[in-house]
Amino acid sequence: MKLNRKWLNEDYVDLRHVSDKEYVETMTVFGQKVETYERMDAEIRGVVVGRVDSMVRHPNSDHMWICQMDVGQEALVQIVTGAQNVHPGDLVPVALHNSWLPGGVHITKGKLRGERSNGMLCSFQELGLTQNDLPGVFADGIWILNDEDCQIGQDINLVIGNDDTVVDFEITNNRPDCYSIIGLARESAAAFGMEMKHHEPLVKGSDAGQIFDYLDVEVPAEALCKRYSSRMVANVKIAPSPKWLRQRLRANGVRPINNIVDITNYVMLEYGQPMHAFDYRYVSSGKIVVREALEGETLTTLDGNMRSLKAGMLVIADDNKPIGLAGIMGGENSEILDDTTMVVFESANFDGTSIRQTALALGMRTEASGKFEKNLDPMMTIPAVQRACELVELLGCGDVLDGTIDVINYVPQTKELPLECDKINRLLGTDISREDMVRYLRLLEIPVEGDTIHVPSFRPDLNLTADIAEEIGRSYGYNEIPITEFKTSTQGGYTTEMQLETKAGSLCRSLGYSEIITYSFVSPAIFDQIRLPQDSPLRDALRIQNPLGESTSIMRTTALPSMLEILGRNNAYHNKAVKLYELAKIYLPAEGQVLPQEPKILVLGTYGTNENFFTLKGEIEALFAGLRLKKPRCTAVKDNRSYHPGRCASLSIDGEEVGVFGQIHPLTAKNYGMDMDIYCAELDFTKLMNYRLPDATYTPLSKYPTVSRDLALVCPEAVTAAQAEDVIAAAAGKLLRSVKLFDIYRGPGVAEGRKSMAFSLELRADDRTLTDADSEGVVNRILTAVKERLDADLR
Amino acid sequence: MKEQLEQIKKSALDALESAATPAALDELRVRLLGKKGELTAVLKQMGKLSPEERPVMGQLANSVRASIEQKLEERKAQIDSAVLEAKLAAEAIDVTIPGQEVCLGHQHPMNQVLQQIKDIFVGLGYQVVDGPEVELASYNFTRLNIEEGHPSRDRSDTFYFTDDDSVLLRTQTSPMQIRYMENHKPPLCMLAPGRVFRKDEADATHSPMFHQIEGLVVDEHITMGDLKGALITMMRKIYGVDSVTRFRPHHFPFTEPSCEMDMQCHKCHGTGQIDGQVCSTCHGEGWIELLGAGMVHPDVLRNCGIDPDKYSGFAFGMGLERTAMGRLKINDLRLIFDNDVRFLNQF
Repeated sequence: MKLNRKWLNEDYVDLRHVSDKEYVETMTVFGQKVETYERMDAEIRGVVVGRVDSMVRHPNSDHMWICQMDVGQEALVQIVTGAQNVHPGDLVPVALHNSWLPGGVHITKGKLRGERSNGMLCSFQELGLTQNDLPGVFADGIWILNDEDCQIGQDINLVIGNDDTVVDFEITNNRPDCYSIIGLARESAAAFGMEMKHHEPLVKGSDAGQIFDYLDVEVPAEALCKRYSSRMVANVKIAPSPKWLRQRLRANGVRPINNIVDITNYVMLEYGQPMHAFDYRYVSSGKIVVREALEGETLTTLDGNMRSLKAGMLVIADDNKPIGLAGIMGGENSEILDDTTMVVFESANFDGTSIRQTALALGMRTEASGKFEKNLDPMMTIPAVQRACELVELLGCGDVLDGTIDVINYVPQTKELPLECDKINRLLGTDISREDMVRYLRLLEIPVEGDTIHVPSFRPDLNLTADIAEEIGRSYGYNEIPITEFKTSTQGGYTTEMQLETKAGSLCRSLGYSEIITYSFVSPAIFDQIRLPQDSPLRDALRIQNPLGESTSIMRTTALPSMLEILGRNNAYHNKAVKLYELAKIYLPAEGQVLPQEPKILVLGTYGTNENFFTLKGEIEALFAGLRLKKPRCTAVKDNRSYHPGRCASLSIDGEEVGVFGQIHPLTAKNYGMDMDIYCAELDFTKLMNYRLPDATYTPLSKYPTVSRDLALVCPEAVTAAQAEDVIAAAAGKLLRSVKLFDIYRGPGVAEGRKSMAFSLELRADDRTLTDADSEGVVNRILTAVKERLDADLR
Repeated sequence: MKEQLEQIKKSALDALESAATPAALDELRVRLLGKKGELTAVLKQMGKLSPEERPVMGQLANSVRASIEQKLEERKAQIDSAVLEAKLAAEAIDVTIPGQEVCLGHQHPMNQVLQQIKDIFVGLGYQVVDGPEVELASYNFTRLNIEEGHPSRDRSDTFYFTDDDSVLLRTQTSPMQIRYMENHKPPLCMLAPGRVFRKDEADATHSPMFHQIEGLVVDEHITMGDLKGALITMMRKIYGVDSVTRFRPHHFPFTEPSCEMDMQCHKCHGTGQIDGQVCSTCHGEGWIELLGAGMVHPDVLRNCGIDPDKYSGFAFGMGLERTAMGRLKINDLRLIFDNDVRFLNQF
């Protein structure tokens, strides 16, 4: 919401003694945050009113003139101009040497065809004005100021009305009253502890007749229109508005059009009440009907666009067609034209949500709809329409008909709240006196009688003592409230899950993995990109009904694609070796539940020359050990189509699958633009949490020595390391402390179709030193078992 | 014999002096002192001496032996030391050659800042909690006093999963206030960081997914002064003890009174200008908006079964991205979610 300070100073509360900076800061900490503010004269510097003292033809040009300008200095200033509408004695804007025009245009002295020119005579366009700002002024040449109220040497900014500051406020949506000059004047007065001037619009009336003889208003859409107030003007003379009114509009960024339209805009700025003016000629049968549109009805709005209306949209209609889109924009078919002679002023209160939804559906948010959607004060329609009529009389642009049509579809409620001083001080942590509280409220025009606060209709946001506390608090000053520290008996901390997440993160980083953060929503195309089978339950993802785009339209049910996308992106950035992790939520629809499950997946992803299946496997094992999880069991997985069928394993603990890892299938990698070996792991972090080992306690170190034995077993190719280890461990019994594969050999000495796996065993008893016979016995049991179960021989 | 011994001693000491290697030294030890050595050979002649001469010669022989042994030890120490020095000299390396690279991973910069903030609040007695991101409209809006028809509920702002707009992607971490108060009785002190979602196209300052940190304190006699104290403490810990803050009235449907907290711009120190130009960090305002906060609205307390006449509380919500970008001088939000390792490895 823009406010020009001059309007405020002249009509409502005189803050001329307050600098812009102080005004802006005071208003901001009072609760009306200023987004930006700007001096209107900042762009134009060094341009003054000058009088053409004399002018002669340029000797070297058939169209230029050499003018001697009186600019209020001792000597005349010579300026060359190409304009043909300037005559001796004319007053014109003169941009002197080293002056600035809007758009950063710098004017300096120079020579034009050999003749010195110490500046430039300006058109109004060059001063940032339009024909709308200066109706009737000759547009194609220098701006002749003879009819303006100005003096030679005067800064042109004063002539234009640029001696003003425009302040742009961020208005919170609980304060619709502040979308108006009056509302901001009220806040300004309170912020500076001053009384605000009030103006009650006064309409003299005329003998041109009664509104009731011409107009009939019906409001069948009661629920969407709390109030519809209307007055009429006859004998209208459409003309430009006077300069003061045009300047006020311009300062607020509103383009002047003609007196009637300008009045509606002026009242909207001043009162915050959007108004509309219909040309009575086009209101068929003199009937205004506020109703919901019929499906398929159309209306061409003032901007020239034809709008197809949907049932439920609120329109202003006459007896057979819509003539305006309620609260948003008028219709072209009832527009005020130069020959309009009779006008209907509409000052209504429409339902905010309905207006907002219609504006949104039609893609036409306007100044008016922006105000209505905040839910305006229905008490404002009458003062606003009165003010419009007062201005009609002030500007002499028509005769106001007697009477006001005022359709009211609500019961005005008076609202009272108790003034609870103790409660307010307790909430704020202050010790503000009752007297001060009452004073603060009165400055905000909230009357207090005894212990009763009479909440004015323009403050729908005040419903509770907490709301009053905010008014008191901001008047006292939020920054003046003493800073205190509360004592709490609560214990701070993290959940077990969070502690484990923190631990997992630092383990990943110590293994060289860097953390990424990716979007929770993904494209439905990811399922095909990771080659997920068509019947995979993971394809059953939550779908966002109104996504930004297809690529962010479903909630991920797998975290692998996000990782692959980031790996692919880093590859595209030519990053050579990359190790990444993410603790990512996935979103799994849950049978019979409204909300999905949101388990966390720890995803690892890597590529680079040193990476292979076993480096990743070693890292995962380190991760499990570091998190003190039970040792996982690794099983070959051949049917996970995202991964290499021969290089993929699942991890399970106590029979429950907790993760999968391996090399990404080359076709999957290709889908992400990569042709190298990629390794990924997906660990179900939420499940892992259930397999934590109990906290460690000390086990005494053995006093007896460990015996090491190495066994090379020649066995069929199909036998896996895990199978061999299992058979060895089962056969060895409790003396076996560890078994570790350290070599695999194929070649001379080992038959075709067989391989040699060398294991290192460690044997130990806790109560004695092992004898040779002890270890021989273990080895023999192992050899018998592997022969029987794996067809393996000692090499 | 005496001459012989003197002769042995002299030649032995000379030989030892000129010996240069441990092997030469060992050879000399055998030749001089061994069973077949020169000194032993001389001593074998002792029997031929008279009883008077014998102790004198014996004494002399022992002193010769002692001299040789002493010299032998001296030379051994000298040679060992020379050998070690030569070895060490030969082993010298160029210590400026780079060390063998150990690849350490990096925590995402935003989570680094989040971790710091969480630790601060844990130290102040807050319990850190997590909650659902796919949320019910009743938690995200209704029970936070955000009525049906409120603009933030529009489909142009919020992502929905159901036709009746009852299930959505949470647009704020504030529903965690409700969830926590449902399951905990005052006194309570909660911090809930997490992902939130709004329908904004990604650009330098917007992202359809971003992070917020929600805080909530409810107890008897909690005041706005307490709110100020808690937030100022946090800001000083994050931005330094000399950071300057201010509070401004604002509006949130679920707090009353409500406020926003600004920090004085660290770049221009609140002047809004640097060398006559508008400060690019605060856009000339002199202040940077940090977070929204307020006293928990009595209706919200009541919605969670907490008596607003007995208890009061405060809540705050801050954007993590904005805080991290300010702290780490990151100028484009898209970098956060781009995950380029050249970016990640800087932190």
